[in-house]
Amino acid sequence: MSLPSRLDSQQRQGAAQDAAPDERPILQVRNLNKRFGDGCAHCLPAHVEHPGNRCPRCGSVQACIDLNFDLYPGEILGVVGESGSGKSTMVRSLYFDEDATSGEMFISSCKNGESNLLAESAQQKRYIRNHVMGMVYQNPYLGLRMSYSSSGNIAEKLFAADHFHVGRIRERAAELLGRVEIPLGRMDEPPKRFSGGMQQRVQISKALANNPPLLLLDEVTTGLDLSVQARVLDLIRSLRRELKVAMVVVSHDLGVIRMLADRTMVLRQGRIIEMGLTDQILEDPQHAYTQLLVHSLL
Amino acid sequence: MLEVVNLTKSFELHVSQVGKVYPIQGLSFHIRQGRFLGIAGPSGIGKSTILKCIFRTYMPSSGEVWYDSLHEGRVDLAQADDRQMIRLRERELGYVSQFLKVIPRVPAVDIVAERLLPLGWSQDDARREAERMLERLRIPRKLWQAFPATFSGGEQQRVNLARAFIVRPRLMILDEPTASLDRETTSAVIEMLQAMKREGTTMVGIFHDWDVMEQVADEILDITLSGGGTMRPKPAAAGAQAE
Amino acid sequence: MTSSSMNRPSEQHPAFPKSAYNFAFLDEGSKREIRRKTLKAVAIPGYQVPFASRELPIGRGWGTGGLQLTLSLIGRADSVKVIDQGNDDSVNAVSIRKLIEETSGIATTEDAAEATVIQSRHRVPEEKLNGGQILVLQVPQPEPLRHVERKEQITRRLHAEMDYSAIWLTLYESVVKWGSITVGADYPVLVHDRYIMAPSPIPRWDNPKLHQAEHLTLLGAGREKKIYAVPPYTNVVPLQFEDYPFEIEHFVGKSCRRCGSAHTFLDEVTDGETGEILHQCSDTAFCAKTIERRESHVASIQA
Repeated sequence: MSLPSRLDSQQRQGAAQDAAPDERPILQVRNLNKRFGDGCAHCLPAHVEHPGNRCPRCGSVQACIDLNFDLYPGEILGVVGESGSGKSTMVRSLYFDEDATSGEMFISSCKNGESNLLAESAQQKRYIRNHVMGMVYQNPYLGLRMSYSSSGNIAEKLFAADHFHVGRIRERAAELLGRVEIPLGRMDEPPKRFSGGMQQRVQISKALANNPPLLLLDEVTTGLDLSVQARVLDLIRSLRRELKVAMVVVSHDLGVIRMLADRTMVLRQGRIIEMGLTDQILEDPQHAYTQLLVHSLL
Repeated sequence: MLEVVNLTKSFELHVSQVGKVYPIQGLSFHIRQGRFLGIAGPSGIGKSTILKCIFRTYMPSSGEVWYDSLHEGRVDLAQADDRQMIRLRERELGYVSQFLKVIPRVPAVDIVAERLLPLGWSQDDARREAERMLERLRIPRKLWQAFPATFSGGEQQRVNLARAFIVRPRLMILDEPTASLDRETTSAVIEMLQAMKREGTTMVGIFHDWDVMEQVADEILDITLSGGGTMRPKPAAAGAQAE
Repeated sequence: MTSSSMNRPSEQHPAFPKSAYNFAFLDEGSKREIRRKTLKAVAIPGYQVPFASRELPIGRGWGTGGLQLTLSLIGRADSVKVIDQGNDDSVNAVSIRKLIEETSGIATTEDAAEATVIQSRHRVPEEKLNGGQILVLQVPQPEPLRHVERKEQITRRLHAEMDYSAIWLTLYESVVKWGSITVGADYPVLVHDRYIMAPSPIPRWDNPKLHQAEHLTLLGAGREKKIYAVPPYTNVVPLQFEDYPFEIEHFVGKSCRRCGSAHTFLDEVTDGETGEILHQCSDTAFCAKTIERRESHVASIQA
């Protein structure tokens, strides 16, 4: 699969500038690859499909292969695929939780969108994680410090942004927690005492602490019961509307994707096999695998 | 306003091994600004497929769907990129299906108001406008704050219509919007469609009910079994009522 | 066990000479290694330098980090003072001082102004130290981030990336829970605008004495195998919130029951007979010196 390079797409945008001047992608991902394991001379090249993407010689696994996509301001991009398709690895690589093996990532609000953020120093990456991106994990234990207070969890993000005024930090924490409907009386309770849905909402408010223009959500509603799931979905939609945050939403649940995503990407064995408008992907899937996936929907 | 040229849509079903299905083949028609085109034909012949190809829920297999956009010039909807479709759907295209698909546990009024927010409306203005819309579609005031999932089929369908009408799209695509409505509500919907037509909205739609079709349509497109279609003016008999 | 093996070695070898030890107990190679790591620590203020902590005739956790620093630093002309919680006479201080005396034969003193090397646990002497002196502090836990992050691998990365929000979080939690920062001893400080450092469990009172000090401060953790340092004239700033500033302990209206000083760090002692709470200088040598100076002053006036 060969998609236009970043330069090409910029030129194309230049041509379309009159029609839509605000259409500059906030996130551009080019040829993102992630391999688990060291790789060896016998590993098959990335473009060759083989079961499990696992090298029989060295056991290395290609989890993400040549991923290319753009995300626009205020847009929600859905990522679907079965377990092991590389969905989580993709967002974790974007959030620098995993070191991408190769590839480029550009964010328009960061260094003017001209620097490949995957190649930045550890300090720069930390800055980007705190200011430019927010991440919400499926497992709240990954995103929260469970035994510290909820307001403290948000404060931690604000410290990273050099805010050291307790009064103002608490105001901001109250504002954020109020936004995700955590009662103010409970803002100093540790998240471990909260229900799963509340933990997810605290995690979302923590991710939003420094007003990032980009939010990555990895299976945030998985494991929540249906009514709680509905509230979290509504929250995500209203956040997008009010804060104009762009989001990458990873889910194996097509219902969640239908409710949230403007566009959807289908991953299989680490490759993007189809990408398009969400309703088109769900109602008129082109690829055999997507059809199988959609038709398995209850 | 909308010109469909040689539209073909085939479905290749990889899963069930039926092979290729061609509901629409070489279909051409056009709609002029402010007109209402009704699509007629026996059930299962692919009427909805045409509408979905225009709205790009279905990806046309070949052919062109030219739309004169207010903001983006003349656009081939069959070729437009996803982002352009998203913009057009936000501002210019409306689509009403037979089913309401929304996030559960959001009050009806917010579901309707939500459509205005990307267009720059404030939360309060949008909510007031949504209430006006629900009023017009005769949804009882006590249901405004309730969740649509608990509504009857007819009430859900009216919320669905309110969601589509509130943004006043330039081109309205209607896929059996009156299917589950009672007589009174149906006439309310017809009144609304006629009012929108007077305001200059171009519309294309399918109605299971021939009476409704006669009341609103200016022209009828008959779909034939071969997947093509022929245009004819609306039957004169019902004309007086609609004009 | 046979009865003969129960015999103490000194009875079997009654004349094991102290001179059999190398000067200052450690062999020259070990001292060189420790000095080398010390130099690195001085070069990178506040950075914890790992070192090969040696076995000593005292148990780890009893001041072996500080002792190794002292032993590797002293020469024959040096004079050493050993303090434990401000006190020169506690068992610990006495044992360490004896060890130094017996293995090196150099002079020891109780006067902070006379000593060239001062090894201390939990206190910085009240007397202002000068550029010719080295303060060696014994450290139980050199890692200020340890109670928020258990893994050494991760704390090292956090230091490298200056990712200190976790330690701020602990201060925030204490403000939320208790209304103020309740860290009494070992109050975290930012050294030279770069590394956050545990100043060892000295009271907050002593923190300002490390800031822009004339003397060199070395900190050694024997069990944790770390050496770090604050060179002279280095910024040592306690962490503080804009609305919850760092404060030292207050002893308003209290003074030492012995020397009467109101400008020193005071310990609380309970009178065993009356149950009355009394205060006295934590730094006993300074207290004694104050009394002596006053008495000689009085004597000179009388004369």
